[in-house]
Amino acid sequence: MKMNLEDRLKENPELKKQFDVLDAYIGELATLEGSLINVLHRAQEIFGYLPDEVLEFASSRLNLPRSTVYGVVTFYHFFSRLPKGRHTVSVCLGTACYVRGGNAVYEKVMKTLGIKAGETTQDGRFSLDIVRCVGACGLAPVVVIDKDTYGRSTPEKVVTLLNKYA
Amino acid sequence: MIRNQLLVCAGGACITSGEKSVKDVLVDELKKHGIEDEVQVIETGCMGACDLGPIVVVYPEGTFYQKVTVKNADLIVSEHLVKGRTVGELLYTEPTSEKKARTSGDIPFYTRQVKRVLRNCGAIDPLSIEEYIARDGYFALGKALEMTPDDIIQVLLDSGLRGRGGAGFPTGLKWKAAREANGSPKYVVCNGDEGDPGAFMDRSVLEGDPHSIIEAMAIAGHAIGAEKGYMYVRAEYPLAMERFEYAIGKAREYGFLGQSILGTGFNFDIEIRIGAGAFVCGEETALLRSIEGKRGTPSIKPPFPAQAGLWNKPTLINNVETYANIPQIITNGAEWFRSVGSTKSPGTKVFALAGNVQNTGLVEVPMGTTLRELIFDIGGGIPGGKKFKAAQTGGPSGGVITGDYLDMPIDFDTVKDIGTIMGSGGLIVLDEDSCMVDVAKFYLGFTVDESCGKCTPCREGTRQMYQMMERICDGKGRDGDIEKLSRLANVIEDTSLCGLGQSAPNPVLSTIRFYEDEYRAHIYEKKCPSHVCKHLLIYSIMPDKCVGCTACARQCPVDAITGEVKKTHMIDQSKCSKCGSCYEVCRFGAIRKE
Repeated sequence: MKMNLEDRLKENPELKKQFDVLDAYIGELATLEGSLINVLHRAQEIFGYLPDEVLEFASSRLNLPRSTVYGVVTFYHFFSRLPKGRHTVSVCLGTACYVRGGNAVYEKVMKTLGIKAGETTQDGRFSLDIVRCVGACGLAPVVVIDKDTYGRSTPEKVVTLLNKYA
Repeated sequence: MIRNQLLVCAGGACITSGEKSVKDVLVDELKKHGIEDEVQVIETGCMGACDLGPIVVVYPEGTFYQKVTVKNADLIVSEHLVKGRTVGELLYTEPTSEKKARTSGDIPFYTRQVKRVLRNCGAIDPLSIEEYIARDGYFALGKALEMTPDDIIQVLLDSGLRGRGGAGFPTGLKWKAAREANGSPKYVVCNGDEGDPGAFMDRSVLEGDPHSIIEAMAIAGHAIGAEKGYMYVRAEYPLAMERFEYAIGKAREYGFLGQSILGTGFNFDIEIRIGAGAFVCGEETALLRSIEGKRGTPSIKPPFPAQAGLWNKPTLINNVETYANIPQIITNGAEWFRSVGSTKSPGTKVFALAGNVQNTGLVEVPMGTTLRELIFDIGGGIPGGKKFKAAQTGGPSGGVITGDYLDMPIDFDTVKDIGTIMGSGGLIVLDEDSCMVDVAKFYLGFTVDESCGKCTPCREGTRQMYQMMERICDGKGRDGDIEKLSRLANVIEDTSLCGLGQSAPNPVLSTIRFYEDEYRAHIYEKKCPSHVCKHLLIYSIMPDKCVGCTACARQCPVDAITGEVKKTHMIDQSKCSKCGSCYEVCRFGAIRKE
C-alpha cells in the first residue's frame, strides 16, 4: 500500500519545500471557488509536471473530488502528467506555419531528436510538443524553445538551433 | 528635457525577430553619447507590419526604421539623433517604385488602413496609464457613468456594432439581454481565448492597449449591473497576461477599478483567468466552465449566458476586439462609428494577414473592403511571382474565398453567402502551390484534436471525415467519397451541440464547393494537381539532365535508385517511398516531381 502524502513528505524535505510553495500560493488566493486551473498552472511551474501527489494535494486542499481534478488535468493540453525534459521544443503547426512549411520543420525535429510530440528524449534533454498558433504568424514557421521564439525557421536552421540547448 | 522618443515595437513578432537586443543596443548607445536624458526609449505594442520587424520609430519626426538589427541599431543613435541624418539603409523601400519611405505615412501597408481598434497599438507605451489617458483614455468611462445603463445600450444598438469573435451577433442586444436578466450577482467576461490558428489581433490589443479593454469592461459592468469581471486569456499568451495584470493594478491605483469608481458609488473589479490550451474554450459556454475551474465542455443554448452564465448567473461575454470598439463608440457616438464600414456591418475589422503574402501582419480596414485591396494593395501580393489561389477565413470553422470573389466587399454577411465565415479575422493567403484537399484535411485534423468529446457527431463524425480525407490524400480514395463526405458533413452540422462541431465540416464543404475538380483528381486519377500530397507524387529522373553524380542514390533511404557513376540513374517506382530526399539533394534539377 502507498504511504499517505504527509508521511512521504516527511521523508523527502525537497518535495516538502515544493509543496510548501504551492500551499502558500493557495493560501493567498482570494477565493478557492473556481481556482483549480490557476492552482494547476502554478503547480506545473513548481514541479515541472503534475504527478499523482500534486493531484492528491490539490484535491484535498481545494476540497474537490480527485476525479474532478484528474478530469480537468487530462482535458487541457497544457497540463502534463509526465516529467518534461530540460528544454521544451514546441513546433507551431497553426495555419500560417503549416502553409509556410511548418510540417517539414516538425518532421526534421522529430527525426533529429528521435521522439514524437508529447515525448521526451531518453537523456531528458528535450521534450517535443506541437502547438497551434503562438500568434507570431507574420514570421511563420515558428519554433518555440523554452521561452524563446524563433521565426522563419527551416529544417536546416532548426538543427543548429537545437544544438544551442545543452 | 526630452527631445526625441524612440518607439520600439515590442509585439510578438518583433520580439521574435530580436527586439530585446536591439533595444539594449539603443539604450547603451544613448548612454555612450551622453544623451540618455534627452531621448526616451519606449516599448510599444504591435505596430502591425510583422514582416518588417524589429521596427523603431523616431519621434517627433516619425521616421520609420525597419529590420533593425543589433549590428546597425547604433546608427539610429549616432547618425539620426546625434548628427541629424536619416539612416537611409534602414528605411523601407517600396518594392515597385523603389522609393524610400520616411514615415509610416509613406508606406502603402499603413496608408490604406483605418486604425480604430488598433489606434493605440504601437503608438503608446502599453505599460503607461498616463499615455492611455492622454489619448482620451478613460474619458468614455467617465461619460458612461453619467449616462443611464439604458442610454449606453441604446448607443450600442444604434451603432450597429456586431461581435468581432466570429458570429457577428449584435453587441447591443447581448448587453440588453444581460441587463434585463433577473439574477444577481451578474458578471462581465472578456473572451481572450483567441484559438483560431492564424489570428492574433486580440493578443496585440491585450499587449498593446490593455487599458482599452479594462475601460470597456467597466462600462459594461455599469450597463448591465455587474461588479465583477473576468478576463480569460489563453495560456499561450504570457506577455498579454503580464501586461494586462499590470494594467489592472494601475487602473486600481488611479481609481478606474475598485470601490466607488470616479466617486460615483459604482464598484467594479477584474480578475484574470488563464486558459490551459483547449480550443473549444473559445466557445462561450465552454469558456465559462473553464473560468469556474472545470473541464471546458460546452452546453446547450438556450439558456444563453445572458440568462444563466457563470455560476448560473447572468453573464455578458464579448470578445477582445468587440470591447476595444466600445470606449470610442461611447466617446464619439453611434453616428461616428457608422461613418465607416458597410450598412449591415459598420465599423472596422482587424485582419491577421498571413500565409503566402508579401506583407504579413495586422491590418485594420473598414468593413466592406475587398479581398483585392487587402491582399494586393495592403498585403503587397503573393511572393515569388506565384499566383493567388484562395484566401481562407474563419480558421477551422471557415472556408475559402476564391479568386472569383477578389472584388467582393468583405463583411459578416457577404462571406456567409459564399460558404465561409468572417471568424475572428484570420486571413490566410494560399498561392497556386497549395492543395485544397490537403488544406481542408489540415483544418479537419485540428478539429479532431480539439473536439471536447461531449457530443457524438463532433467526436466521431469529424474523425470519420478525417479518415476519409486521409485516404483520399494517400491515393486510396474511392468512388462516392465526395458524396459521403458531404452527407456526413451535413449531419455533423445539423446535430452537433456547439459551434465547434457545427462549423467543423466547413473547410471540407467549402473546398468541395469550389475545388471539386481537385478532389476528383485525387480520387479518380490518383493525382495531386498541386504536387503536395506525398503519396500521389511520382519521382522520376530526367535523362537529359542527370549527370550521374550518384548523390541521389546515396541519399535514397530505400535504395530505390540505381545507376553507375557518370551514367543516367533510374528510380524503381515499386521501391520508392516518396520521401523526396532525391529531389532535395539533386543539384542539377534532374528529378521530376509530378
